[in-house]
Amino acid sequence: MTALGLYTFAGAGLFALGFWAVAVRAHLVWKVFAINIMGSGVFLILLSTPARGDPAQADPVPQAMVLTGIVVAVAATAVALGMALRVVARTGRPFLPEEGDLETRE
Amino acid sequence: MTGGDIWSVLLVLAPTLGALVALQGGGWAIRIGLALGAAVSALGSVALWVSVAQEGVLRYALGGWGAPLGIELRIDGFSVAMLAMTALVGGAVSLYSTGYFRDLLPQSSDEVPHGERGARYFAPLWLLLWGALNGVYLSGDLFNLYVTLEVMGLAAAAVVTLAVTSEATVAGMRYLMVSLVGSMLFLLGVALLYANYGVLALESLQAAGPSGGLPVLALALMTVGLAAKTALFPLHGWLPSAHAVAPAPGSAILSALVVKGSFYIVVRLWVDLYGGGSRGGVVFLGVMGGAAVLWGSLMCLRQVSLKRLIAYSTVAQLGYLFVMFPLLFPAGGVANTDAWAGGIYHALSHAVAKSAMFLAAGSMTVAVAKDAIPAISGTAHRLPMSFLAFGLGGLGLAGIPPSGGFIAKWLLLRSAVETGQWLWAVLLAVGGLLTVAYVLMVLRYALERTEPSEGFQPVPRRMEWAALGLALISVLLGTRAVEVIALIQLGGPGG
Repeated sequence: MTALGLYTFAGAGLFALGFWAVAVRAHLVWKVFAINIMGSGVFLILLSTPARGDPAQADPVPQAMVLTGIVVAVAATAVALGMALRVVARTGRPFLPEEGDLETRE
Repeated sequence: MTGGDIWSVLLVLAPTLGALVALQGGGWAIRIGLALGAAVSALGSVALWVSVAQEGVLRYALGGWGAPLGIELRIDGFSVAMLAMTALVGGAVSLYSTGYFRDLLPQSSDEVPHGERGARYFAPLWLLLWGALNGVYLSGDLFNLYVTLEVMGLAAAAVVTLAVTSEATVAGMRYLMVSLVGSMLFLLGVALLYANYGVLALESLQAAGPSGGLPVLALALMTVGLAAKTALFPLHGWLPSAHAVAPAPGSAILSALVVKGSFYIVVRLWVDLYGGGSRGGVVFLGVMGGAAVLWGSLMCLRQVSLKRLIAYSTVAQLGYLFVMFPLLFPAGGVANTDAWAGGIYHALSHAVAKSAMFLAAGSMTVAVAKDAIPAISGTAHRLPMSFLAFGLGGLGLAGIPPSGGFIAKWLLLRSAVETGQWLWAVLLAVGGLLTVAYVLMVLRYALERTEPSEGFQPVPRRMEWAALGLALISVLLGTRAVEVIALIQLGGPGG
């Protein structure tokens, strides 16, 4: 397996891991981390794409995409963590309650 | 560089600038920001409509850097129709919001109390959302679509949490999680397509004609991500709470416009990029849409809260948009242009009708300070304009002539007959009847002649006018069908 192939599979593995975690972990901070790991998986796959021309030369477009993606991910993480804090402040717990659970807590 | 190019840049720039102005606090800053966003969006949509009608599909390389390295905007009839819809609904909602938050608008830029967060932050968030929506409709490449989609998702989740209650906070958080995971699935699909073809521009990908294992996997991933954001059945669980707890102008935006942003990308992928994909794929989308129509409508009939009813109605009406796909790509045939016009027409008319209903419902619930459907009994006599707006919006939704919904459903029905897919015609009819049922259920309560209950608040006139204006447009949208269909067909499939 080439180094690039390794990156691709590692990226896919990270994405799957993150997707699994966001589905099964209830704690909101875990969920936010899991989404970040999904993002890292996509970035790794993007960096492993020597699609344009000479494979010995790095393709600048995926690098630009990853840079932009990281900026977006930082912003999204900040918003998500801020809202998670708000959930804790309002409900006292860092979890998303099931529908209809809220009335019992207020 | 023609006039259209400048307008396409301004359509993203002006609302974003307006958001920065509105963020400076103070009632006037908010009004100036909203006016800037609304005026430029309206003028820009008209200018682009004229340009597209004269010159066909427009392309504009930002900063003179064309694809594949630069960012290219691409504008066809479908883009302009969505831009115009956003400008129309957005303008009315902006006007309404200044009335809705009237007593809460800060007089200065000093810190406002906690409970008035909605008044302070609605306008900036909505303007950011507006810029992102316009960006989605102008984007010509997949990565730009991802970025604008993400800006839209973050701003939309924040709008949900503007009402400072536990319910709103939880609904907003749930929406944000769904939205972020959806974006990640979309981005993974983009990465796979880039890995395969080395291009991001929609037109270059279309020319490459994606097919085979990896591109189809990419389409599946992107569709699931976008379907979650569009609340396609069975991924709609987050929508009713999120749309119902937001402040009324926020609900109108979320239900009428935001879900259309991700739907727009689904259409671009399936229709433009993959040319219908496979017959199995479009039938699957159609079946999910059909299930959404039935499930959403039945849930409407069970609701006690007025805003939740309207939110479930969005789940149902979004279903029609996906029913378009099997009608558009019949087995072994060519793309059916009636289905295309009908599906997009439905997206437009639903936006206008649904925003009218949410705004009118907002006025009624402000007036009685309750959201339960029985509590609005008698509001028809005290808020006749809002009642009329709700009723007309409902008729537009149900597809009573000459509303836009009527034209949309008629076109969809005709395409079902033309392509010999009778089952979809039955579904469309049943869905229409259920819509009439839940609209009448609300109107019955509102029409009851009851003694004026205590604490009936008068609402500002401009709120009632904004809702009624949208409702009238939704009913009369069908009378300009020729012009609208001509626009939708510009650069569309088979057009």
